[in-house]
Amino acid sequence: MFDQILQFLLTGITVGSTYALVGLGFAIIYNASDVVNFSQGEFVMIGGMSAVALSAGDTGLPLWAAAIGAVLITMLVGMALQRFAIAPARGASVVTTIIITIGASIFLRGVALLVWGKDLFALPHFSGEEPIQIGNATILPQSLWVMGGAAALVMGAQYFFNHTTLGKAILACSCNKTAAHLVGINVGIMLLVAYGMSAALGAMAGILVAPITFSSYDTGVMLGLKGFSAAILGGMGNPMGAVAGGLLLGLIESLSAGLISSGYKDAIGFIILLLVLFFRPSGLFGKASVDRV
Amino acid sequence: MPSDALLQVEALTAHYGPIQALNGISLEVKPGELVAMVGANGAGKTTLLHTLSNVHKSSGGKVIFDGQEITRTAPHKIVQAGICHIPEGRQVFAPLSVEDNLLLGGFTQRKNKAWVEEELAKIYTLFPILKEKRRQAAGTLSGGQQQMLAMGRALLGRPKLLLLDEPSMGLAPLLVAEIFRVVRELNEKGVTILLVEQNAKAALGIADRGYVLETGRVVLSADADELLADEAVQKAYLGH
Repeated sequence: MFDQILQFLLTGITVGSTYALVGLGFAIIYNASDVVNFSQGEFVMIGGMSAVALSAGDTGLPLWAAAIGAVLITMLVGMALQRFAIAPARGASVVTTIIITIGASIFLRGVALLVWGKDLFALPHFSGEEPIQIGNATILPQSLWVMGGAAALVMGAQYFFNHTTLGKAILACSCNKTAAHLVGINVGIMLLVAYGMSAALGAMAGILVAPITFSSYDTGVMLGLKGFSAAILGGMGNPMGAVAGGLLLGLIESLSAGLISSGYKDAIGFIILLLVLFFRPSGLFGKASVDRV
Repeated sequence: MPSDALLQVEALTAHYGPIQALNGISLEVKPGELVAMVGANGAGKTTLLHTLSNVHKSSGGKVIFDGQEITRTAPHKIVQAGICHIPEGRQVFAPLSVEDNLLLGGFTQRKNKAWVEEELAKIYTLFPILKEKRRQAAGTLSGGQQQMLAMGRALLGRPKLLLLDEPSMGLAPLLVAEIFRVVRELNEKGVTILLVEQNAKAALGIADRGYVLETGRVVLSADADELLADEAVQKAYLGH
């Protein structure tokens, strides 16, 4: 029994790490612009798919170069989304921007379908497919890549927002746009940076998991939903809350798939999300906003 | 018109949709001056400052700063040019720490770390309470402390001209006196200031010159002492 649980935990953390990265992407864009970006999942898909496309065939790039290329492509898509879809709707209500990002995600999925078709694609594993034995459980080397990569990216994002002027300037744009203008921050550029970063995180998540879960034009849908759940579970706008929410969601799914039934894993995840929102509407780690006039 | 003014505004107009908020405002601020713009609520004082910083677009007229026309310059470039704006209602970055707020004030000077550090130390001497609370979220400060923070933040932008919007708003009289003392002190140290205030008595009390704004128009302009003595001004704004 214990061995099985260890196996479920390892799987849960691997899946949860992806959710965490997608959730972090949600939190970054929400923090910078109060927009809930429902094309976050598409960033993951575009990252994975372009890495496959760039590395495929005899003339393909080596894996590391394909990964860098895929991240850059996804960042461009993210910035284009901000510039051409979100920025023109300046001052629109939250619901309007949500509809815009849902529209953008359908559009991106459609383009991916035209370019790559409906096939499943996989990247080669980064360092072999020989499972590593831990007690009676096993773990793929690629899972270690996912966990390690996610941990590094999360720490990088944490450092960026807490210790760099650029990171704080992005936070400033979200808490008071007019004041950000008045201290000389170029708000337009900051929003582009936030979308670019968020897209890059999504792309890296997509590349890290592509060898395990495969990638197709519609992988972004479910991942986007899971990332969104992670972000609100942790408390929207709290980047580290989103990461914790993602890991938690991954663990819940994996344990319920293993111990109850794999058919119910998504349902159980969403039910727990609803319960959390019912009892703590600002999420597990969200705090009521501090403001005094 | 040749001019030695630091800021020159010519026939500036601004609209909110179809409603005209500024009806052709002309004014000037010379280097080293402390100029007060007084007027009732809704006269267009805040709109004027927002239009100068170009966070509200003007619909006509010209703004010339330091010899350059900046009427349509992007807001962040106006700050780079040396106009720092302390907005009405302080507008601090509430969830960020006091020190982060100040450092963001120095965003345009961020390449010049030595200067920012030196200036930060000066601001902590000017407002010791900010140093004491530097790790706290800015939103937890009292109104007066937030006003000090907003002023410190603007000073870190290395202003040639400070636009100060309604610093007395919502503050106890004792604090108002304290804030105005600091404003006067800053001006004596060489910062040029355009101060916009409903509290005409306090503002004209420290200013060199003043303008009276009514429904988007400058209706009077004179030395501050003259305005304080003016019967019409006394009746309308000083409650005599």
